[in-house]
Amino acid sequence: MSIVFEKTSFLTDTSMHYCPGCTHGIAHRLVAEALEELGVKGHVVGVAPVGCAVFAYNYFNCDMQQAAHGRAPAVATGIKLTDPDNIVFAYQGDGDLASIGIAEIIHAATRGTNITVIFINNAIYGMTGGQMAPTTLIGQKATTCVYGRNAETNGNPIKVCELLATLTGPSYIERVSLGDVKSVKQAKKAVLKAFQNQIDGKGFSFVEMLSSCPTNWHMTPTQATSFVSNEMQNMFPLGVFKEVE
Amino acid sequence: MGKVTFKKELCKGCGLCVDACPKKILAVSKTESNNKGYFIAECLDAEKCIGCAFCATMCPDCVITVEK
Amino acid sequence: MAEKKLMKGNEAIAEAAVRAGCRFYAGYPITPQNEIPEYMSWRLAEVGGHFVQSESEVAAINMVFGSAGAGGRAMTSSSSPGISLKQEGISYICGAEIPCVIINMVRSGPGLGGIQPAQCDYFQATKGGGHGDYRMLVYAPSSVQECVDLMYTSFDKAEKYRLPVMILGDGMLGQIMEAVSLPPMRDLNTIPKKKWATTGEGFGDTRRIINSLYIVPDELEAMNIKLQNIYDSMAVNETLVEEYLVDDADIILTAYGTVGRIAKSAVDILREQGVKAGLIRPITVYPFPTASFQKAASGKAKEFLAIELSMGQYIEDVKLSVEGKKPVRFFGRSGGNIMSPEDIVAFVTKENK
Repeated sequence: MSIVFEKTSFLTDTSMHYCPGCTHGIAHRLVAEALEELGVKGHVVGVAPVGCAVFAYNYFNCDMQQAAHGRAPAVATGIKLTDPDNIVFAYQGDGDLASIGIAEIIHAATRGTNITVIFINNAIYGMTGGQMAPTTLIGQKATTCVYGRNAETNGNPIKVCELLATLTGPSYIERVSLGDVKSVKQAKKAVLKAFQNQIDGKGFSFVEMLSSCPTNWHMTPTQATSFVSNEMQNMFPLGVFKEVE
Repeated sequence: MGKVTFKKELCKGCGLCVDACPKKILAVSKTESNNKGYFIAECLDAEKCIGCAFCATMCPDCVITVEK
Repeated sequence: MAEKKLMKGNEAIAEAAVRAGCRFYAGYPITPQNEIPEYMSWRLAEVGGHFVQSESEVAAINMVFGSAGAGGRAMTSSSSPGISLKQEGISYICGAEIPCVIINMVRSGPGLGGIQPAQCDYFQATKGGGHGDYRMLVYAPSSVQECVDLMYTSFDKAEKYRLPVMILGDGMLGQIMEAVSLPPMRDLNTIPKKKWATTGEGFGDTRRIINSLYIVPDELEAMNIKLQNIYDSMAVNETLVEEYLVDDADIILTAYGTVGRIAKSAVDILREQGVKAGLIRPITVYPFPTASFQKAASGKAKEFLAIELSMGQYIEDVKLSVEGKKPVRFFGRSGGNIMSPEDIVAFVTKENK
């Protein structure tokens, strides 16, 4: 027998702090596996956000910078333009990217800066204890919309892939899900494609991953992943929203 | 014809591997726990493992190594 | 003799930055510093550098964070309101020990304020406008030539201490044209490589992390103590001040930046009128030239006159240094108004009646 699946060398040995069943861990693994398979070791710089993934610099086995809340795309732009030969990625959550950092992501995308952004959409602010996020679903409860989000007072969820797809700059935009095995395998392909675009110099690539938050959704890990595969996917349809040949 | 091994200290007992296994041979132990105090996942019937790695695909903490 | 060129302040400082090895600039339009991004937008391309007009000053400072963190010589510039937007980024840059250069061509405030020159950002620049205990090395040039000279060494200083250097100018400095001699183009190979920078090569234990998050209190306290030691050593080695006719002066005028230059003219006029005036002009406003004031305060001088384009910010550091030994008076203009040498002379002579 030979090994068909093992931990990638692009993740450090540090055990991750994420809550049990949180699919951030899967997202980290997919990014790391893709970087390993694409053979870019020694030419990678990642940017961690502020949020649950703030400690990502302890997990990705490459040079890392930790950016101010919402500013990872700007930091990544500075890194990329300082050494365009490097593969540069920003890893962000929905509060980081779709709320405080919405200007940075839109302008990095419309500039077409040749970076890859991994966007983890779990419809909640995790690190700070479960507040409503820009992608919180209508009716979904959070600590700042305790009766469930309603459009009149809390506004509507933002569909980031669709938003960015209206821009000319991006070369590749796909939304994937981490809710089940089939989806995770598709997500891996998307990440590989996004990084390949960067390697080929096609410009800004973006992968949104629907992800779970068992703790702040008050669900078991299994309930949370099925919430991703069902309610989340209904609101945020999967698929490729932009692809430039 | 498949085999799974668990890095016990990385497991958080979340059970996502248990749901993902098509052969339903994984379970979160009710007795064995690791240094962090999590009850850890284990394989109940190794012969039935087909090495599909579905469990490892859904594991957020890279606990499982799969051979085939 | 180096080539002499008639240049506008903003453009001269941009050229000096490029000659100092700056190869990344991110900025946003705001009067009165627009010529800096404008100049950089075409000049950097000529030397293989990169220019980004960012979506905001917030994005600009964070691009500089990334670029400088990756080992580049990176800078940004703005004017007062834009510098306010950069404060969080500056705090992160200090917390992550990243060297870079930030130019503030100060304009009158607060709020949208005006576009005329002012010095009402002194507190923000020298006491730290953002969160946390941090400081910047802050230069206050008073002429276009001094802008060029200080800019030319700013990256070396920033990298020596691994912190941001601010050049605290004002709208007048940015807009006036003066003859300047420009330094030679720096050979990039003479710039030392930065072991700590995220150049992309790190893997396993050779990884570099640019980070300002310290979740363990003892580690963050150790970091703060380390930064304080850096600031203390900067005070010993980097303080710059101009003293003019101070030793026998009865009254010491003190001002920084362009007002320092105006005050110097006032000293000459007063001397002609038989008034023994002198000037202390800080060139670094952080670290502050405390020793010059302490020496003068324990000397012949009877009083100090702090002169600035604000309602009284710089005067506080003067008073802190003089420690009550002698009276410190204040003469300030605001809103974009600028006092002339004659205004200062009138103020002094009226005071002495």
